[in-house]
Amino acid sequence: MSKLPPYFSLPERIWHYTFWAICFLVLFFLIFPLFVIIPLSFNAVPYFTFTKEMLAFDPEGYSLAWYQEFFNSLNWQGAVKNSFIIAFFATIISTFLGTVAALGLSREHMPYRTLIMSLLISPMIVPLIISAAGMYFFYSRIGLQGTHLGVILAHAALGTPFVVITVTATLSGFDNDLIRASQSLGASPTTTFFKVIVPLITPGVISGALFAFVTSFDEVVVVLFVGSYKQRTIPWQMFSGIREQISPTILSAATLLILITIALLTTIELLRRRTEKIRGVTPS
Amino acid sequence: MIKTPEKIELFTADGVPLKLSLARVQRRSKMVAFLMVSPLLLFMVFAFLVPIADMLLLSVDNSIVERILPKTVKSIKYWDPHDDKLPDEAVFAAMVEDIKKAKKAREHTKIGTRLNYESSGFASLFRKAGRKVKKINEPPYKKALIKSDKRWGDIQTWRVIKQFSSGYTGGYYLAAFDLKRDFADGSVSSLPEEDSIYLKLFLRTILLSTTITFLTLIIGFPLSYMLAKVPTRISNILIIFVLLPFWTSLLVRTTSWIALLQQEGVINDFLILVGIINEDGRLAMIHNATGTVVAMTHILLPFMILPLFSVMKTIPKSYVRAAISLGAHPWIAFWKIYFPNTAPGIGAGSILVFILAIGYYITPALVGGSSGTFISNRIAYHMSSSLNWGLGSAIGVILLLFVVLLFLLYDKIVGINNMKLG
Repeated sequence: MSKLPPYFSLPERIWHYTFWAICFLVLFFLIFPLFVIIPLSFNAVPYFTFTKEMLAFDPEGYSLAWYQEFFNSLNWQGAVKNSFIIAFFATIISTFLGTVAALGLSREHMPYRTLIMSLLISPMIVPLIISAAGMYFFYSRIGLQGTHLGVILAHAALGTPFVVITVTATLSGFDNDLIRASQSLGASPTTTFFKVIVPLITPGVISGALFAFVTSFDEVVVVLFVGSYKQRTIPWQMFSGIREQISPTILSAATLLILITIALLTTIELLRRRTEKIRGVTPS
Repeated sequence: MIKTPEKIELFTADGVPLKLSLARVQRRSKMVAFLMVSPLLLFMVFAFLVPIADMLLLSVDNSIVERILPKTVKSIKYWDPHDDKLPDEAVFAAMVEDIKKAKKAREHTKIGTRLNYESSGFASLFRKAGRKVKKINEPPYKKALIKSDKRWGDIQTWRVIKQFSSGYTGGYYLAAFDLKRDFADGSVSSLPEEDSIYLKLFLRTILLSTTITFLTLIIGFPLSYMLAKVPTRISNILIIFVLLPFWTSLLVRTTSWIALLQQEGVINDFLILVGIINEDGRLAMIHNATGTVVAMTHILLPFMILPLFSVMKTIPKSYVRAAISLGAHPWIAFWKIYFPNTAPGIGAGSILVFILAIGYYITPALVGGSSGTFISNRIAYHMSSSLNWGLGSAIGVILLLFVVLLFLLYDKIVGINNMKLG
């Protein structure tokens, strides 16, 4: 908090502190709902609120029962497995296709760039329920509904826009003189690609891949319709859990997801710093 | 005008005109670029664009009538529905034959269901006809069919069949706008107030989305302002408070709002503990519009803060300082100088939040109850419960058009090429 200049009048001082109070309330509003879940997931009884024992920090009020259930239940085990399988393959498809397309889109002579770009990022704009509806109708007609392949393809389609955007953004700061320098020094186009282009765009590709992974990992609307029980992912299981029998196991799953999010966010931040470092050494 | 020396043609080393050679290289470069994009383009067409187009078709598709009742559709062409006469014997004969065939393929209930969407009673009419029709083996078919169910003798029945005998229909769109067609004269009128669902739902979706957008702006503005004002060192830390919820699973955030807002939940318990309400006065904050608005405001808040923050960061601090040094009161300087400069951020954030809000499905489905659900919940209902895919698609197409219009507006303000993440 910055120090107040001595010439501030009383109303100005009051306003200054009120403003900071408002900002902290907003920060609290943003973060509190996430952290309230963590202690609740250790509840000894199947309630979604704090019991008297919990408030008194009585160890009796806490238990790991819901985590035990999470790791022992076949429903959740299958969900975790499916989530990773689907997100993994969807990420591979969208990262590969998205990176190649972004390299093409960033070339000097790309025809119809704006039109193609709008088509490629349209899954980001179309409401998920509409994508889900269209995919559900079409995929059930060609026998992809209720298969892993169907869900993977659907998620890959939803994830590619992120890869295209992040890689194109990385390439927009790309110094083409580096390619010319490498070629004038005798490198073949293949060598130039792998030794010059790839190392420079890797951070962009990785953060695009992370976006694609999270998109698939968090996605629930499409998997609800294109998938079935066999393709249940963690969000699918949480959704049906909330609808049917509400149990604190959902809270323990949520806590684990928050921890995964924190890990992912840290990775992305580190990547961003690395990109900035690399950018820093190239003349711009 | 400067005159360039005429007709001096340049050649490359191997004797090709330079212009030609350049054009060739450019064409090749275009080809290479396009080839690189084409795998993704093909994939997107198959996995995403064709499904959307399929939905567009479904919303007007009516081929089922011609498929199941081919002979009837052909013969009813010659009947004038405005004549106050029943169709002639040939049409009845065709209908009996079609129903017999449909019964064998177990499809007579499908056609009943389809026509039932347009005028109730058809489902039972065709179900009954499927049972009775095997006894009708010789003419006069007209008399026999009417004897089996007197609704076949009602001219209205035949007007509906005639109306929906073509391969395409606008019927689903009429239904999506709470309109109905009068089959006698073909005029279109609105449904009575108590039967209209969709217009109310569209209106509620827009109203709640506007509320949510407004709330995110009110709540997000001061925080973005603060983040833009403090040194980068501090804002880098505080922005984590925005990014963490942004990245956390939507289901996790919705679950936490259920834990907070429900009757036996954290907020109600807290209010009882501090004595603001008593045990009987527990607030109903969930499974209604309040639940949807509160949870969605929290979920969409980062989408408002991030664009606002990125715009505010670029506003030079010297602007406001200059205004103050010229004698403006700090409030005036803020309102006249700073605030207008944030307009692109407000525009981008508001449209983004609004676009995301009107298509939301999961959160309204879980915390919305009956008064806080959106139009998207109705689409889901038609997809998985009522199985009226045509109507579901028609609502989807209307919503999609609305979103596309909003997006074009967003493109005008921000430009899709400037879209950034995180």
